[in-house]
Amino acid sequence: MSEETLLKVSHIDAFHGSFQALWDVSLAVKAGEIVAIIGANGSGKSTLLDTISGLVHPAKGSIEFGGRDISALESFQIVNLGIAQVPEGRRVFPDLTVLENLIIGSYNRQARSVRGQNLGRVYQLFPVLEQRKTQLAKTLSGGEQQMLALGRGLMSNPKIILLDEMSLGLAPLVVNELYRVLREIRERGITILFVEQNVRRSLIEADRAYIMEAGRIVLSGSAAELREEERVKKAYFGA
Amino acid sequence: MGILLGGLYAVIALGLSLVFGVVREINIAHGDLVILGSYFGYVAMTAIGIDPILSLIGGIPLLFGLGFIIQKYLLNRAFRISLDATLIIAFGISIILQNTYQLIWTPFPQGLTTSYALESFTFGPVRFPLTYLLNFVVALLVMFFLREFLKRTYLGRAIRAAAQDRKAAHLMGIDTDQVYAYTFAIAAAFAAIAGIFLGLTFPFTPISGMAYLIIALGVVVLGGLGSILGTFIGGIAFGLAQTLGGYFLGVAAQMLVAYIMVLVVLAVIPRGIFGR
Repeated sequence: MSEETLLKVSHIDAFHGSFQALWDVSLAVKAGEIVAIIGANGSGKSTLLDTISGLVHPAKGSIEFGGRDISALESFQIVNLGIAQVPEGRRVFPDLTVLENLIIGSYNRQARSVRGQNLGRVYQLFPVLEQRKTQLAKTLSGGEQQMLALGRGLMSNPKIILLDEMSLGLAPLVVNELYRVLREIRERGITILFVEQNVRRSLIEADRAYIMEAGRIVLSGSAAELREEERVKKAYFGA
Repeated sequence: MGILLGGLYAVIALGLSLVFGVVREINIAHGDLVILGSYFGYVAMTAIGIDPILSLIGGIPLLFGLGFIIQKYLLNRAFRISLDATLIIAFGISIILQNTYQLIWTPFPQGLTTSYALESFTFGPVRFPLTYLLNFVVALLVMFFLREFLKRTYLGRAIRAAAQDRKAAHLMGIDTDQVYAYTFAIAAAFAAIAGIFLGLTFPFTPISGMAYLIIALGVVVLGGLGSILGTFIGGIAFGLAQTLGGYFLGVAAQMLVAYIMVLVVLAVIPRGIFGR
């Protein structure tokens, strides 16, 4: 694993209108890592991902990607640098076909030239998407829509992929399948930062994790350490 | 005859429907952009002596550019304040355009009177003006072009994606402000086309735009938002209602019949015939 820091968030505050959603949040992700952000509903996890993606601009602090400050960039510029977000609730384009959804994933400039290659990889990871490529996205099952959302993210040719609540509302078998694919994606050199409410699962899948409460990071460490941490056990495993 | 007239209404309404469906703006100035297209053809014909249809080579890029600027520098900014703000800005543009036309071209009616504008052909027992057939063919061509464009190009797909989910579109690397500007530009280019064929069919004045805006709104309501086929069917339904109403109840009642139909459709299927 490379020791190079790919994504570095330093002391950011972010607001939704007058409500402060993030307070002095810092985190770092190295190239090739799988990192989890864990926390209850409303703890600021999604806002953190949206701030990295440029949908929300931090009021304070900085976000660096590959050594470059991206905190003032717009979302479409950030995607072009190689940061893909798979949003909560999947948000596939319902009235576009599966194939059109995937093609839209390669909208940014650096992804267009490698579209055919990435499409082949996505179909290899999710054969069901190739079978259903001419169907409208809204006709897919929840699990298939999540696969499409993830595939669409991969089509943008990312260096890092931000996943928001990937397993929410899906059957355990489908969730297992998605995590298997995540490990495969990581094998191919794509860094993964994911947000989860399922603490047990997160600490199995991730190398490291950050735990958020009320817009602040309250704990961080390797997944193995956190599994043994008393506060985590008490708060999340009920032990 | 109503069906053929409907083709013209469909082309006029298409730009309104596109902007409504994608950007969610009601472009009050759309009718005035159509009339700008008519005046462009008028100037090309009277001052330079170019055929109005041929003048579209200049008219389409001109309105495309104007539309791009209006959305990018006025409406996108207003959009950040509220959707109502875009309505007021568009209303302002409408008034500015109408007054400009009056200053330059006087309030008197003008027409694009070409040799073929007065031609007619016979089909069965009825004689049709040639321009009506032309309108219908152009409507088919324009709709086909738009459909293929939205289906096959990156920009077309981005326009549809931005219409369906703005946040997800951002996450796909789509600059929605830019996409909205292109959408409005395309709608304005359609207005250029509509303006020429309107001018070939009917006389127009600086304030004709408002009347056609209202017809176009009726067509969009009939057909359903953001549906190309719906706009086409809506145009034909409107044209038919108007012509049949005129035939059976007299010319004074023809618009009344069309709008009663719009009201009935609104009451029974509020999303329109092809609405989502």
